Amino acid sequence: MTSQSVATAAYLVAALLFILSLAGLSKHESSRQGVLYGIVGMAIALVATFIVVADVSDATGIVLLLVAVAIGAAIGLWRARVVEMTGMPELIALLHSFVGLAAVLVGWNGHLEDNHLTGSLEDIHNAEVFVGVFIGAVTFTGSIVAFLKLSARIKSAPLMLPGKNYLNIGALVAFAALTIWFVITPNLALLIAVTVVALALGWHLVASIGGGDMPVVVSMLNSYSGWAAAASGFLLNNNALIVTGALVGSSGAYLSYIMCQAMNRSFISVIAGGFGMEASVADDTDYGDYREINAADTAELLKNASSVIITPGYGMAVAQAQYPVADLVKKLRERDIEVRFGIHPVAGRLPGHMNVLLAEAKVPYDIALEMDEINDDFDGTSVVLVIGANDTVNPAATEDPSSPIAGMPVLRVWEADNVVVFKRSMAAGYAGVQNPLFFRDNAQMLFGDAKERVEDILREL
Amino acid sequence: MSDGQQESPPAAVIGVVAESSPGENRVAATPATVRQLVDLGYVVAVEPGAGEKASFTDEAYAEAGAVIAPAADVWRSGVVFKVNAPSPEEIGKLADGATLISIISPALNPDLVEALAQRPITVLAMDAVPRISRAQSMDVLSSMANIAGYRAVIEAAHVFGRFFTGQITAAGKVPPAKVLVAGVGVAGLAAIGTANSMGAIVRATDPRAEVADQVASLGGEYLPVDVETEQSTDGYAKATSEDYDRRAAEIYSEQAADVDIIITTALIPGRAAPVLITAADVASMKAGSVIVDMAASNGGNVEGSVAGEAIVTDNGVTIIGYTDLAGRLPTQASQLYGTNLVNLMKLLTPGKDGQLVLDLEDVVQRTITVVRDRETLWPPPPVQVSAAPAAAVDKPKAEPKPEKQPMSATRKLTLIGIGVLALFLVNAYAPEPLPEHFTVLVLAIVIGYYVIGKVHHALHTPLMSVTNAISGIIVVGAMQQVAADDGVIRTLSFIAILLASINVFGGFAVTRRMLSMFSKG
Repeated sequence: MTSQSVATAAYLVAALLFILSLAGLSKHESSRQGVLYGIVGMAIALVATFIVVADVSDATGIVLLLVAVAIGAAIGLWRARVVEMTGMPELIALLHSFVGLAAVLVGWNGHLEDNHLTGSLEDIHNAEVFVGVFIGAVTFTGSIVAFLKLSARIKSAPLMLPGKNYLNIGALVAFAALTIWFVITPNLALLIAVTVVALALGWHLVASIGGGDMPVVVSMLNSYSGWAAAASGFLLNNNALIVTGALVGSSGAYLSYIMCQAMNRSFISVIAGGFGMEASVADDTDYGDYREINAADTAELLKNASSVIITPGYGMAVAQAQYPVADLVKKLRERDIEVRFGIHPVAGRLPGHMNVLLAEAKVPYDIALEMDEINDDFDGTSVVLVIGANDTVNPAATEDPSSPIAGMPVLRVWEADNVVVFKRSMAAGYAGVQNPLFFRDNAQMLFGDAKERVEDILREL
Repeated sequence: MSDGQQESPPAAVIGVVAESSPGENRVAATPATVRQLVDLGYVVAVEPGAGEKASFTDEAYAEAGAVIAPAADVWRSGVVFKVNAPSPEEIGKLADGATLISIISPALNPDLVEALAQRPITVLAMDAVPRISRAQSMDVLSSMANIAGYRAVIEAAHVFGRFFTGQITAAGKVPPAKVLVAGVGVAGLAAIGTANSMGAIVRATDPRAEVADQVASLGGEYLPVDVETEQSTDGYAKATSEDYDRRAAEIYSEQAADVDIIITTALIPGRAAPVLITAADVASMKAGSVIVDMAASNGGNVEGSVAGEAIVTDNGVTIIGYTDLAGRLPTQASQLYGTNLVNLMKLLTPGKDGQLVLDLEDVVQRTITVVRDRETLWPPPPVQVSAAPAAAVDKPKAEPKPEKQPMSATRKLTLIGIGVLALFLVNAYAPEPLPEHFTVLVLAIVIGYYVIGKVHHALHTPLMSVTNAISGIIVVGAMQQVAADDGVIRTLSFIAILLASINVFGGFAVTRRMLSMFSKG
C-alpha cells in the first residue's frame, strides 16, 4: 500500500461524501448534516493529498503548501464571517473566480512541468491543458465581471458591442484553432494566447448580460467552475477532481436551467443577452391611472385582512427591508392573520437569495413558499404586499402575448382582493416593461424606500 | 341612463309581495336583505304580512327601512320580488314597464311564458341563472336545493322509527341506519352531509364519476356505475345511455333491499324526472323504511310516489313526495333566496343609485331574461360552463403542470443516440487513461443531476455555496504540483492553493452560517 493508493482510496470516500453532501442539502432537516459530510469529505481529500505530497516533496514544498492553505483558510473564514446576507451574490461570484484562476494556474503548471509523455498521450495532455486553462480563464473573468456588477462597482446594464455573437463565436473558433496548433507544436506563446482569448471571452460574455439575469449568470459560473475542476482532473489523472467537478458542473447547469425556465427563456438567449434592449421600445399604451396609498391606510388594510401574502424581490434586498418585514410578519401572525411569502424562482440576484434573506431575519422557512405552491392561493387572499418586485408579478406575462416577458411564469398577485406595491417610483422593472398591475383597480402604490415604508406600517400597527 | 338602456320606471321601488300559492311559507325578502337593497338606493315596499309565515314581522321590515304598503300598491312597484311564478291574475296586477323577478321555470311552463309575454313587462327567472362561477351567488336552485337536501333527511328521520346512529346501550345494540342518496347534486350533497352527521351509513350514486371525491369529503361512499357517460357542458348531469340505466337499475335493486332510507334527487332540467326506484324495488324494502322523492314535482324518481304527499305502501314503506321541502324551512329559505336576489340586484344596479339597468350583453343577465316588453327571450343561447360540473360545490382542481417544452420523440431519440454514440466512440478510440476518466465524468454528471434535482428551492443559495466550496477541490491538483522542484511552478501552485483554500474554507463556513439561520415556524 503506497501513499498514492491510499490517496486514490481516500478520493473515492471523499467523492461519496460529496454526493451525500449534495443529497443532504435537498431538505432543510438534513441540510446541516449535508454540509458536515462535505467538510469531512474535503478534509479526507486534503489529508490524503498532503500525505502523497509529503512523500515526494522537499521541506520547502511542504512549508509552501501549509502556508498557502493557512492564509487561504484565514481569508476564507474571515470573509464568511463578515459577509452580509445581501452580499451573498457578490461573495459567491468572487469565490467562483478563485476556482477559475486556480484552474488556469494548474493548467499552466501542467504545461510547465516535465510530464515524460510521448506520442498520443502527450497530445492528449496538451489538449487537456488548453481545455483546463480555457474554461478556467472564462470562469475567472466572467466571475470577476459578475462580482463587479453585483457589488455595483460597474454598471449592471448589458454591454452591447456590435456583432457580439460573432465575437463570442470567433473566440471559440480561435480556441479550437489554437488547441490544434498547440497539440502539433506546444509552446508557451500559444498558451498565453489562449489564456488571453479566454479571459476576453469571459469578460465579454458576462458584461453583455444585464443585472436582472444575474441568477442565471451566477449559477452558470458555478457550473463553469465545476467544469474547470473536472478539466484539471483529466490533466492530473485525478478522479476526485473529475467526480467533484462534474457534480458541481451539473448542479450549476441544473440551477441555470431552473432559472431560465422561470424566465421562460432559453439558456442560449440569456448568454447572448440583449433581452432588455427589445423591451425598451417606447410604450404608448395608456394604462390608466394608478392610485397611491399611505402607510397608515396599508396598516389598516392589514389589520382587517384574514390572509396576507408577501412577494419580495430584489428591491427588498437593496433596501435591507428583510428585518422590518420579518417584524411585520410577526405582528400580523400575533393577530392571527395568516402570513405567507410567495417567492419567484428568479427573485433576487442569486437562486434562493430571498429565502436566505428571510431566514437571516428569522422568518420561519415553512411560510416561504415557491411560486407553484402559492400561485393558486392568491385568489381569496385579502392583501398582497409586493415589496421590491416588479417583473415577477407582471400580469402582462400571462395576458399580453406581445409583451417581451410573455409566457414568463409570474406570481398571480392580481387575483388577490388588494395589492399594495412598495416601489421607489413608477419606473419600469429590469425588463423595461411597464407593469399593468399598478393600474389595476385592486392595486395601490406605496412609494418610497421599502424599509422606511415597512417601518412606518409597523408604527401604525 | 338615456342611451337606450333598459330603465326602470321613475320611482325605483322594489315591491315584496306575499306569496299566494297554498303552503308556500317563503318570502322574497327578509329584513336583512331589505337593508342591503336600501343600500343599493332602492325604496322597498312590503305587503303587510308577507313575511309572517317565515317569522319576519312587518315591524322588523319597517325597522330595516321598508315601507309597509297595501298589496295593490306593492304590486304596482317598478320591480316586484316574488318567490313563486305569478298566477294569471297576479300578472294582471303588474304595472306597465315593471320588472318581475321570481322563480319561473320557463322550460316547464310555456303557457306562463306566453301569458307574461302579453304584457309590456320584463321578467327575470331566478331559476335560470347559469351555472358559472360568477353567478353562483345568485343561483337559487343551488341555495334551495341545499335546504331541501337537509330537510329531506329530517323528514325521513321524522318518519323513520329508529336512530340514525349506531349505539351500544344497556338496553342492547342499535345498528346504524343505512341511507342511499341517488343523485349527487347540491341537494344530494346536502343530504349526504346531513345524514352522515346524524350518524348514518351513507351511500350515493350519480352518473358523473367525478363526484366521488365530493361524496367522500362529506363522509359518504360513492357507488360507481361502470358505464361510459358524457361530460356535460352545462353543469347538470345529462340523460344517460341505456347501458348505464341497466347497470344502475341493478345497483338500485341491490341497495333497496339493503338500505333503510332512500333519498332521490335526480332531476334533469326541462325534462320529466327519471324513474330510479321501481315498484319492485320498493316492495323489496324492509317495513319501516323511508323514501324521500325530491323529484316528485317533476314526475318522481320513485314509482308510486305522489307529489306533495307522504304515502305508506302495503309493505310498510313510507314514500315522501313533498314538493316544498325548501319551504319547510321558511326562515332559512327566505334568507338565502333574498340574498340571491340582492346579489342579482347588485349586478343590475351598477350605479348603486336605485336604478335597475338590464344589460343583455352580459351572459348572466341575458340568460335569466325570459320576457322583455312583449318579446319572449326564452330560451337563451347556451352558456358553456368552464369548470367541470363539480364547480357549483367544489373549486376546480389545480391544472396539471404544463409539460416541458415540446421536443418530438424522434428528435429526442436522435439526440440521445448521437450523444451515446459520441461517448462510445470517445471511449472506444481514446488511449488510456482517457476512457477511464471519461466514464467517471459521465457517471458523476448523471449522479449530480439526480441528486441536485431534488433540492428544495429555498436551499438553492446554500447549495451554490456548498458546491463552491467543493469545487475548491482543485486545491488537490495544485498541492500535487507544489512538490515540483521549479520556482515558477511552485509560485503558481502556491497562489492556486491559496485561492482554492479560500474557497474551501470560506464556502463551507458561509454555508454553515446560512443554514443556521433557517428555522422552522
